[in-house]
Amino acid sequence: MLRGLNQERIVFTIAVVLFVLFSVLLPGFLSAGNLLSLIQNVSILGILGVAMAIAIIGRGIDLSILSTMPVSAAWLLTLVNGGMPIGLAFVCALGFVIAVGIINGTLIAYVEIPAIFATLAMGIVVYGFGKAFMTPIDAVYTGRGESWFYAIGSGRVLGIPSPVIVFALVAAAAFLFLRTLKPGRFIYGMGDNPLAARVTGIPVRPMIILQYVIISIIALIAGIVMATALAGINTRLALSTMVYDVILVVVLGGIGLAGGKGGIRNVVVGTLLIGILLNGMTIMNLTYTVQSILKSVILLLAIVADTLLNPRDEQTAQHGDI
Amino acid sequence: MIGKSMWSAAAAVAILASVAGTVAAGPYDDGQSKKYYETMKGKRVAFVPLSMGFDLTEGWNAALQNQAKALGYTVDVRDPNWNVEAAVQAVNGFIADKPDVLILHPLDQQAYNRLVPKAQKEGIYVVQVNLKSVVNGDAYVGTDWYDMGVRQAQLMAKTCGKAAGKNGKVAIVTGQAATPTVIIGNQGMDDVFAEHPDIKIVAKQSADFDPSKAQAVTSTILKQNPDLCGIIGIWDGQDTGVAAAVREAGMQDQVFFISQGGGNKAAACDNIANGNFDAYFSYDVPGQGRDLNAAVKILLQTKPKPGSAAFALYTPLKLITKDSLTASSCWTLDQLKRDGG
Repeated sequence: MLRGLNQERIVFTIAVVLFVLFSVLLPGFLSAGNLLSLIQNVSILGILGVAMAIAIIGRGIDLSILSTMPVSAAWLLTLVNGGMPIGLAFVCALGFVIAVGIINGTLIAYVEIPAIFATLAMGIVVYGFGKAFMTPIDAVYTGRGESWFYAIGSGRVLGIPSPVIVFALVAAAAFLFLRTLKPGRFIYGMGDNPLAARVTGIPVRPMIILQYVIISIIALIAGIVMATALAGINTRLALSTMVYDVILVVVLGGIGLAGGKGGIRNVVVGTLLIGILLNGMTIMNLTYTVQSILKSVILLLAIVADTLLNPRDEQTAQHGDI
Repeated sequence: MIGKSMWSAAAAVAILASVAGTVAAGPYDDGQSKKYYETMKGKRVAFVPLSMGFDLTEGWNAALQNQAKALGYTVDVRDPNWNVEAAVQAVNGFIADKPDVLILHPLDQQAYNRLVPKAQKEGIYVVQVNLKSVVNGDAYVGTDWYDMGVRQAQLMAKTCGKAAGKNGKVAIVTGQAATPTVIIGNQGMDDVFAEHPDIKIVAKQSADFDPSKAQAVTSTILKQNPDLCGIIGIWDGQDTGVAAAVREAGMQDQVFFISQGGGNKAAACDNIANGNFDAYFSYDVPGQGRDLNAAVKILLQTKPKPGSAAFALYTPLKLITKDSLTASSCWTLDQLKRDGG
């Protein structure tokens, strides 16, 4: 009877239970303003989650996005602060992230380095290269320009904070890409069984490059949202543990690390749970350490529940399971 | 007769030679300057910041390098990039190298407790800058964090307290809990607020020195306390996130936000000018750079036995508000690289 409960549903249930609990117990939780800020506070995590989902569904992983995001956005700001028009600076940053994506994809597809190592190394390269040649100072601040560009992270459209809208747009685009476009379907095929995908005639290697280019571009979008929301960005983010938060959002939502399973809906569910948790704990004024403990305990519970309800066996286990 | 004139000629030659000798000895010596330059020449200074690449450490380094170049000594930097273990290794490496002065900027209050005495035993002077280990070196140059907490809290009590006709609701957004900035600064605030029962701390949250966490935390605090009067921040790099949340909530006129930092123009004065910060306590990096150079010069000239005559140069704090803001309230790295120190 409980068999129908996959991880996405378990997490969704936990999210709903927490939501109801907080609504009853915490005054002010259920206000429209708080709910919007709840989503806004996790929208950058959500955008990165979408990128990570595209990697994991294709049986890969991208640990370099947390370097690509701050370095590309910081470089963009450095160029703009140095007098370059925003459009041109954006093209430069876009060129940079596409190059990072191509290198990632080439290392994985042609040099055949496992994605986890290729992108781990690439993340360090991107951070080091950025620190040495692109942005000499960790923290880069936005100038005082009046362009609409600065509203990407801090404005509102019809009362909705713009980071939420960007998250929705990125999620919708990724959803349509994975569901309706041929390359999107190919990513599922490659994730489910790369050898079979290759035998069937899917151009697996070029597809891997495309996959990592898309991921890098989404990382740039997340970086622009973050930089314009906070009036600056710090490349030191590359050294933080945020990449684990991103993987957690994805895995928590129910996208298996073995690939080929799940979709954007899982990312949204995982992101919402984290958002509800963080928001409720901040309202309760819990200390940072206690918040981290509670967050990890709930994540563990979700994973344990999934393992108990959907045990791995010879049929469900795949080669390459982590 | 002949002998006498010989002698006087010899004397004349000797006098001439001694005059010429003084001329050839170069610059004027006022009795100290010659020795000063000789003492400094060829010395070796080593600097281990918690990381290069951010405004404080780049600023100090610019000042250190300028003076080193002028006086003919060297300053070597090893960058541990926010990694405490790498920093300990770098310090150990330097101790083996035996420089004359070792400048430390510890991220962790405890990590250098053994290294400071070890360096001193090797005859190396230890200077700590802006953050210090529990163990004191030969000199400390930097902020008195207790004073920082007290000044921030006093200003907040004055702005949001009963005397100003406000409700006294204040939030504190702090940083990584193990740094002296947070531990000692919070003590200063607690002591002030203990004397001000009209101030109510409605929330005290850590944002881990991460501006995006600061934004998330602040936006939630503002939703919970729509009548909040003020917020105290811990570091300008994180505080831009607090300011973003306040701006977004449209509460910039209502919420009085006090930040602090090294007084870099982009981080401090620009944010005061555009209303992101209402008040900013600056520990003035150019001044600290000058003090740091002074500490090096004092130690090398007075030559005490390392560890025997410790002294401190606490940085006078500078309050920057929109009213007190001038073109020289802040600094830029280019300016410090050009003429800092």
